[in-house]
Amino acid sequence: MSVRVIPCLDVDAGRVVKGVNFENLRDAGDPVELARRYDAEGADEITFLDVSASSGNRETTYDVVRRTAEEVFVPLTVGGGVRSVEDVDRLLRAGADKVGVNTAAIARPELLSEIADRFGSQVLVVSVDARRCPDGTVTDSGFEVTTHGGRRGTGLDAVAWAARAAELGAGEVLLNSMDADGTNAGFDLEMLSDVRSLVAVPLIASGGAGTAHHFTEAALAGADAVLAASVFHFGTLTINEVKDDMRRAGLAVR
Amino acid sequence: MSAPSVVVLDYGFGNVRSAVRALERVGAKVELTSDRETAMAADGLVVPGVGAYAAVMTGLRGVRGDWIVERRLAGGLPVLGICVGLQVMFDEGVEHGVSTEGLGQWPGIVERLAAPVVPHMGWNTVDAPAGSRLFEGIADERFYFVHSYAAQTFTLGTDEPADTVFAPPLVTWADHGGRFVAAVENGPLSATQFHPEKSGDAGAQLLTNWLGTLR
Repeated sequence: MSVRVIPCLDVDAGRVVKGVNFENLRDAGDPVELARRYDAEGADEITFLDVSASSGNRETTYDVVRRTAEEVFVPLTVGGGVRSVEDVDRLLRAGADKVGVNTAAIARPELLSEIADRFGSQVLVVSVDARRCPDGTVTDSGFEVTTHGGRRGTGLDAVAWAARAAELGAGEVLLNSMDADGTNAGFDLEMLSDVRSLVAVPLIASGGAGTAHHFTEAALAGADAVLAASVFHFGTLTINEVKDDMRRAGLAVR
Repeated sequence: MSAPSVVVLDYGFGNVRSAVRALERVGAKVELTSDRETAMAADGLVVPGVGAYAAVMTGLRGVRGDWIVERRLAGGLPVLGICVGLQVMFDEGVEHGVSTEGLGQWPGIVERLAAPVVPHMGWNTVDAPAGSRLFEGIADERFYFVHSYAAQTFTLGTDEPADTVFAPPLVTWADHGGRFVAAVENGPLSATQFHPEKSGDAGAQLLTNWLGTLR
């Protein structure tokens, strides 16, 4: 099985939020055009993270998903603000292959079983925003689940939560290191291997990628897939450069 | 020659939009419907399927998909099952200890994969036999899989004498904690465990090959 390389696009009101620095794009803010571009470059999957704050903007996301599914022939995952079985149903109907659930499952873990029972585990990705415990917080693993983009701790053990989420029906875990995110200093490998040792569903590493070799390190630490945003959008790295580094390390890639 | 007509069987769930679009992309005239007459008249019928085996069987029976598949195959009309659409062609599926009767086109049971990491999710290689039409012109390509269950044996045709007048089914295998059936070509009935509609250019080539068998 090959390691999947996944670019992630933040979308608000149907537009890509962070700047994307590609040449020859008609519209660098159009998620559909970018998804098509990444597909052509060899992305193994595309992820949209809906960062819309208002429900009106959220409506636009369904349209973006619909248009992307018409033109992109690799799997599409959509996360961000998913709160109910109905939200999942709408995204799948619009053309998403998988749906990411984060905060809503922390508040109500049964949501994961409800989604898995209705649509199967294979559509359900649990997204875990985790950090090393700050002073004053203690968990067994030393890692804690956060909310609000990493600004708020929950006291919940991140490794135990990932394992529980998989037991409840999540078919995949997206593990995002809030400490590493934005540093370009590499993934949190210790956290990855801790989660890997306890979780028997596919694991996606996210947060901290700066060089092609960082992705390889994450895969060697046990990640089945690697996800990044800015290094791809800003043109620091191409999907192929990441895959070349993995190939040199003896990892299988598409 | 006009475009081959394909019906994607609509029984109420799953992301069928991608299948429709991928077939249109390779030149088919596609209709998403559960109308029996339309499904019988099409050059090809696609049976998609995601989710639980039991739910897929209930959905299929609800639109009399079992009858449609049976009648088409009896008349030699091509059918392509995708993912759980492959699995339901076997006798039965066992999920969470519950057994569900399938369409019974092939002997065998669909069971949970015995791999350290399940679901089997991502791009994997396949081992296609010589003479495969589905995989013609496709070498060293990966296909997108997402499933926790699979048929891990395929017995139909293996005990036929070598000089049998019937062509034995062509079985393509893949490996995830042991080998499993990745695709079958059996007269008018073809099926893939992976998702050709999500498998980029390799998937498009496979769908093109299937369309080429329709008439």
